[in-house]
Amino acid sequence: MLSKEIRNHFPILDQEINGHPLVYLDSAATSQKPQQVIDALTKYYSEDNSNVHRGVHSLGNRATEGYENAREKVREFINAKSTQEIIFMRGATTALNTVAQSYGRANVGEGDEIVITYMEHHSNIIPWQQLAKEKGAVLKYIDLEEDGTLSLDKVRETVTDRTKIVSVMYVSNVLGTMNPIKEIAEIAHANGAVMVVDGAQAAPHLKLDVQKLDCDFLAFSGHKMCGPTGIGVLYGKKELLNQMDPIEFGGEMIDFVGLYDSTWKELPWKFEGGTPIIAGAIGLGAAIDFLREVGLDKIERHEHELAGLAMEKMSEIEGLQIYGPVDPKKRAGIVTFNLEGVHPHDLATVLDMNGIAVRAGHHCAQPLMKWLDVSATARASFYLYNTEDDVDRLVEGLRMAKEYFQ
Amino acid sequence: MSINKLDQLYRSVIMDHYKNPRNKGVLSDNNVTIDMNNPTCGDVIHLTLQVEDGVVQDAKFEGEGCSISMASASMMTQLVKGKKTEDAVKYAHLFSDMMLGKDVDDSVDLGDIEALSGVAKFPARIKCATLAWKALEKGVGNESEE
Repeated sequence: MLSKEIRNHFPILDQEINGHPLVYLDSAATSQKPQQVIDALTKYYSEDNSNVHRGVHSLGNRATEGYENAREKVREFINAKSTQEIIFMRGATTALNTVAQSYGRANVGEGDEIVITYMEHHSNIIPWQQLAKEKGAVLKYIDLEEDGTLSLDKVRETVTDRTKIVSVMYVSNVLGTMNPIKEIAEIAHANGAVMVVDGAQAAPHLKLDVQKLDCDFLAFSGHKMCGPTGIGVLYGKKELLNQMDPIEFGGEMIDFVGLYDSTWKELPWKFEGGTPIIAGAIGLGAAIDFLREVGLDKIERHEHELAGLAMEKMSEIEGLQIYGPVDPKKRAGIVTFNLEGVHPHDLATVLDMNGIAVRAGHHCAQPLMKWLDVSATARASFYLYNTEDDVDRLVEGLRMAKEYFQ
Repeated sequence: MSINKLDQLYRSVIMDHYKNPRNKGVLSDNNVTIDMNNPTCGDVIHLTLQVEDGVVQDAKFEGEGCSISMASASMMTQLVKGKKTEDAVKYAHLFSDMMLGKDVDDSVDLGDIEALSGVAKFPARIKCATLAWKALEKGVGNESEE
């Protein structure tokens, strides 16, 4: 496991909630921010703030340099071939909507298929529902195995030569399942479809390699990986992005503007209309530096160990049911569960009174809740700053909730 | 410390309504049906009313949700049965004020629902408590306009 010293980088963790030291177990919703990310934002706004790509003046150069350096950090982080393939956006939601509205509208027609899974987050369902409705296309769902994993056989059964897009989350925000993206991408490509990956829960925890995965698009958000809110990334293969039209038009993304016609800048800027998210990108760059200094492989191992420990200790509580794969190696640091006789909202309130922050509800995955046949669940998600003590505090809180509601 | 604060929220009368809900089920001879959900948390309520001559003659609910939302629904049905629809709407407004922490008219007998006043101190749970009342307002609000 990682050293407890990591916690010291996160000033927010050093506080009491309802008279107890804070135990933050909601990182799958949003992660906390290390001091060096907060410092990077402060430095940008207090020393370098200016608009990018237009100023002749020195501040403009510094801001542009900071913004474009962040793009290079992201490229390296996901091992993309070129910074032209890295587009800054508000978050994974905007990135997935962009793929649906730009690539999807141009390439999906009547009777064509879009394939997703039952475990998707709403942000990887609704953009495709809308596209399918608009085009008269068919939205198909890959069914899950009993333990909440995907079988490649079912993927092969669902993807056909009418399939134009396969879009799957890398790591489930509810089940914690890690999906075999590389293998699914092979099946998609063999059928002539593109592979879209929702990497929102993967980027904070795993070493990403878009070339190895051979995905065509990858979307993720900065705020779940120690970065600020309001910044995210769309990765796309250059040959695909080159064919695609922007969906936002205005300043910053144009080459020449005439009275009745205009042309676009080259990649990646043609997709970044308006003043970009400069501070956000710089903050994300600082977050990537931080994660690399700690080591993504160490973070992944730490989370596996904590989730494994949590699952072991939680299973000892009578009436507690954990959803998703039983094998901690098949899942990221997310443990979703229900405690018999205590509704997840009540559970979350009792835990909050003990200083413990967990998520309760449907986790933006209503089709998956239906598949699990529950209306809501509670979720504890672990990140690099969580410790074994946090697991103990959670288990203690759960026992107390059980007793209270008896 | 925190147990005390919890007790302010989960008063025994609330727990009683949660564990032994009143008026649970579906009215077979209903003439008003309302389905509502709380999209942020997944709570759902199916409320059936029998309204005649401007009076809520009978009320039943089914639903899924936390102790606060289900207890609130149970108390609501208990309170509005036999009340005029315009009074039912008034109660719904009164309840909304109570959740906002506003002072409510002392002269009104709130019965069991007074126990829910502690919810106002838990902002994240206010929507749980108001779901059933919003359903009621939707149901009788339309009815009383006709």
